[in-house]
Amino acid sequence: MFKKKVNSTSAPQDGGENAIFNKETQGLSQGQIVLRRFVRHRGAMTSLFVILGMMLFVFTALDQKFGSLKIPGWWHYTTEDLPDLRSIGCKEGLVGCPTLSIKPTFLGGTGVHLGEHPFGQDDIGRDYFALVMRGAQRSMMVMFVIGAIGGAIGTVVGAISGFSRGWIDAILMRLTDFIITIPVIIIGSVVGYHFGNLGVGFLAIYLGLFSWTGLSRLVRGEFLTLREREFVDAARVAGASNRRIIFKHILPNAVGVIIVSVTLLMSGAILLETALSYLGFGVVAPDVSLGLLISNYQDSFTTRPWLFWYPGLFIITIALSINFIGDGLRDAFDPRQRRRITKKDRQSAKAVTRTGVQK
Amino acid sequence: MSEQVLKISQFNVDFWVDGVWYPAVIDMNLELNAGKVTAIVGESGSGKSTTALGLMSLLASNARVSGSVKVKDEEMLNAKALTLRHFRGKEVAYIFQEPMTALNPVYTIGFQIIETLRNHFDMGPTQAHARALELLKMVDIPDPEKSINKYPHQLSGGQRQRAMIAQALACDPGLLVADEPTTALDVTVQAEILDLMRGLKDKLNSAILLITHDMGVVADMADEILVMKDGITVEHGTADQIFNNPQHPYTQELLGAVPKLGSTVKRALPYKESAKPEPVLKLTDVTIEYPKRGRIPAFVAVKNFNLEIYPGEIVGLVGESGSGKTTVGRASIGLLPVKSGSIEIIGQEIAGANQKLLSSIRRHTGIVFQDPASSLNPRLPIGESIGEPIFLAKIAKGAELELMIEDLLDQVELPRSYRNRYPHELSGGQRQRVGIARALALTPDLLIADEPTSALDVSVQARFLDLLTELQEKLKFACLFISHDLAVVDILAHRIAVMQNGLLVEEGDRDAILLHPKNDYTRRLISAVPVPDPAEQRIRREARLALKK
Repeated sequence: MFKKKVNSTSAPQDGGENAIFNKETQGLSQGQIVLRRFVRHRGAMTSLFVILGMMLFVFTALDQKFGSLKIPGWWHYTTEDLPDLRSIGCKEGLVGCPTLSIKPTFLGGTGVHLGEHPFGQDDIGRDYFALVMRGAQRSMMVMFVIGAIGGAIGTVVGAISGFSRGWIDAILMRLTDFIITIPVIIIGSVVGYHFGNLGVGFLAIYLGLFSWTGLSRLVRGEFLTLREREFVDAARVAGASNRRIIFKHILPNAVGVIIVSVTLLMSGAILLETALSYLGFGVVAPDVSLGLLISNYQDSFTTRPWLFWYPGLFIITIALSINFIGDGLRDAFDPRQRRRITKKDRQSAKAVTRTGVQK
Repeated sequence: MSEQVLKISQFNVDFWVDGVWYPAVIDMNLELNAGKVTAIVGESGSGKSTTALGLMSLLASNARVSGSVKVKDEEMLNAKALTLRHFRGKEVAYIFQEPMTALNPVYTIGFQIIETLRNHFDMGPTQAHARALELLKMVDIPDPEKSINKYPHQLSGGQRQRAMIAQALACDPGLLVADEPTTALDVTVQAEILDLMRGLKDKLNSAILLITHDMGVVADMADEILVMKDGITVEHGTADQIFNNPQHPYTQELLGAVPKLGSTVKRALPYKESAKPEPVLKLTDVTIEYPKRGRIPAFVAVKNFNLEIYPGEIVGLVGESGSGKTTVGRASIGLLPVKSGSIEIIGQEIAGANQKLLSSIRRHTGIVFQDPASSLNPRLPIGESIGEPIFLAKIAKGAELELMIEDLLDQVELPRSYRNRYPHELSGGQRQRVGIARALALTPDLLIADEPTSALDVSVQARFLDLLTELQEKLKFACLFISHDLAVVDILAHRIAVMQNGLLVEEGDRDAILLHPKNDYTRRLISAVPVPDPAEQRIRREARLALKK
């Protein structure tokens, strides 16, 4: 139906209030403007590539099973393999130290190579790289499931209560308040204590069921303002049903808020999962998650710190990247956000003016 | 010879957008003496407000200013922050358009005036308080002892503007920059504020730089006028020169576009007075109440209202803000519930009608909203917005719908290619045309136009009104035209109804209302409208003052 247009069609002639500022957005749809602003955000773009690259890296490392279909991974160990604990090349008294080396030979190191066990081995000799990969897979999965479930419930609850107001709003918001008063970490511990053996999927789903509250409040607020806008009245006069008004007219205008807070919800989710697993109520052995790895080896911090470093490094990278992406999205969706101009911009722009923009 | 307060020479402002400098003000020259008023007029985007802010380096960081601005022989551009701070508020004071946003809502107006005073003078709190009280008295705020402790939201629009003027005058500034000081106000309040400013200017011998798009206000106040278009000063002269002998074609066009009261010929009623047809819209004894919300008591917005609109006529509904005009318009198409009384559209009762009946009646009605920025869904291409009523009424879809949309765009004189554009790409006037196209999509019998021109520039407004008249003559729909601007209603309407505080005070033929008003309020309303002619305006002003005494 209606598709994006080319920029060549003549610009609107009689200039509006912000004729000059509109030059930046001429001939673009809202989506294109947001995308443009997002692409300009360096931190967010870098983070996006980091997280995508990391997903590809982590999910292809180990064998994946989908029912009877088995996709082999590129890493030569699995989490179940039990190779001998290696002590050659380690400091005195240590076993299973990492073989990863990133210091090139010309700087006096041993050259860049992965070695047999790049992240070392755990107590019983399992390959720590494989464990960290499995843990990162679990954590990312939990993150996406919580984001999806929390996002969906939060949006629906917020939309319904913001749009209908009155007693429906009152009931839904008191329910939200009620859930907010219970700390998620306690719900997680209680449920995890009783049903922890049901697996990581179950964990993700029930955490998702409790993490939509903040989002639903935001969406409700957005709906409350948007429903008073005149285009909603216009749609109603045109004969639109409530459903059409919610989904066709209001929701697309609230999508910025939703995307941004779901992203931030996801970065919170990964920390929540880690915290629960660390406490022993999240992912339980024999399954692996990043939080569980840290929790298992917290005693070894002084003697074998790599058991601590690598899962920690992954947690930080994932949480930071997602946060940066959320930040970039928020800036992109905020129309008031204008690009700051630097001294360099000022100087390079002068040249353009001289070569003929000015009359 | 009076002292020169402001001298602007070779003043340029550019804005940086996406790597390119776009000029907003080009080579402006201006001199202003104490006790004089110079008006900068022009349409939105012409660089008036940019000039005002640029004088004291108040522009955003993506602006570049060059040239010279001298206030009392002191250079302001690229001056040190300390010098600027010393001059701002003390020598150059600002009055902004919207006092609600220009005053800080968490402080009392007294506090804000005292703050200005103590920033610039070595003054104790008691002394400053006394001076603030004196200032509030000077601007005629009722009960200044009490008002000094009031917060901005506790005052009415006119009082807020007075408080802001008091704050601006706190340090007896040599130059007062008034950026659209009365645009947000009703005509009667506007007249009072302009009187106040004129009086104070004479008393304090300040110079005023008045920025406005309203030629009536200019005629009322200005000694000299500067006409701007796209950043360029197209004409500069005394008020008499500009109004009576405009040289530049743009000035002529601008003056021609200003609607004047009583300048158009009477439009004949489309029906005979003796044989009235069945009314399209019939409001009988309508009372509309905004229900109680929490501790805010219920508010009766419209009371015992009666109005009939017959096929093919335009009825203008005028009144000041808060008089209930918009409420009547919204209730007429069932957007607001009615407390008592009856509203009939083509013989069908809509007060208390259910959703199904309402949506079938709405096919015979259309509405054009006030704010073109908010009345179109920013996420829908305008073609879809226009086609929505047709699509939802299941009249056409797919290729057939596309054709109908193209037809509608042709009708409102927009290029067909605009179908795929988004509202933010269009100017205010174009958006308002889209609003009409959407309202006319189902060829309604009744069109409600709720202040459709209040957000538009005069020349755009003139074009819009022409278009509306043309369409109305072609399609013969009945129209309820809601406006606060008598001059606009004068151009369009066959009949006029005047509202005050939710009551209908007068209703009748256009000429009967405008030329021989019976009601006092109507008379006041008409006399408060400034006329874009300095000589005539002076006579009217004196007549109005006499009326007040």
